[in-house]
Amino acid sequence: MSMKVSTRQVDGVTILDLSGRITLGEGSVTIRDAVRDLLAKGQSKILLNLAEISYIDSSGIGELVSAFTTVKNAGGELKLLNLTKKVQDLLQITKLYTVFDVKDDEASAISSFSK
Amino acid sequence: MADSTTSRVSFTLDSTLDSVNKIEQTAEQYAQRAGFDEDTIPHIAMAVREAAVNAVLHGNAYDVNKHINAAFEMTADSLVIRIADQGPGLNPDTLPDPLAPENILRGSGRGIFLIRAFMDEVNFRQLHPGTELTLIKHRTPAQSGT
Repeated sequence: MSMKVSTRQVDGVTILDLSGRITLGEGSVTIRDAVRDLLAKGQSKILLNLAEISYIDSSGIGELVSAFTTVKNAGGELKLLNLTKKVQDLLQITKLYTVFDVKDDEASAISSFSK
Repeated sequence: MADSTTSRVSFTLDSTLDSVNKIEQTAEQYAQRAGFDEDTIPHIAMAVREAAVNAVLHGNAYDVNKHINAAFEMTADSLVIRIADQGPGLNPDTLPDPLAPENILRGSGRGIFLIRAFMDEVNFRQLHPGTELTLIKHRTPAQSGT
């Protein structure tokens, strides 16, 4: 199952609702393109909702990291929302859990972005 | 002759992402048949997928003239998976540590690390040309039926 992305705006934050798998050739490029498009439009407060992500591999992890650094270097913020246990375990093994700002509640995640 | 606790299969595949998916699915099936638990099966499948991605992407670089070999063997005490490419060769000693502070924000370089994290043994063999990775997960006596 390839990855699907839908986008919505809440209080100046762009939420990307992702579903499916983030693997080499199955979503990693989609995230990169989506984030690049948002930055080009001046939307630099980005929340990736991973609740429906069933699987992520090392390429997908790399894409999350690249998206994070791209947004940060552009002066924006990228945060993660609703990690499944599998994705959370993977980020802990790779010591990325503390690098990302990980949230488990959408409302508090949105209010945590700088105004 | 295969019985309920031992079996072997091998494939020669094109250097494509379809091959990666086939290898991952076969790994998952073998891990299930070997009796691993529901937490361990996805770890084995992911480790094998990472090895296959390395072979297709970094080894053979999607070259249509190069192939990858994947062999799955379930013995009484282990699940053994071998993935071989025909690429320029991989020296695992030269791979940067993805957990080092200077590497933590790199966009790649975590595949071999995850393979090592999820398998009990990982061995590299140079094939001249190519690299063969052997991934081993030990079965418990209850899993092997002994």
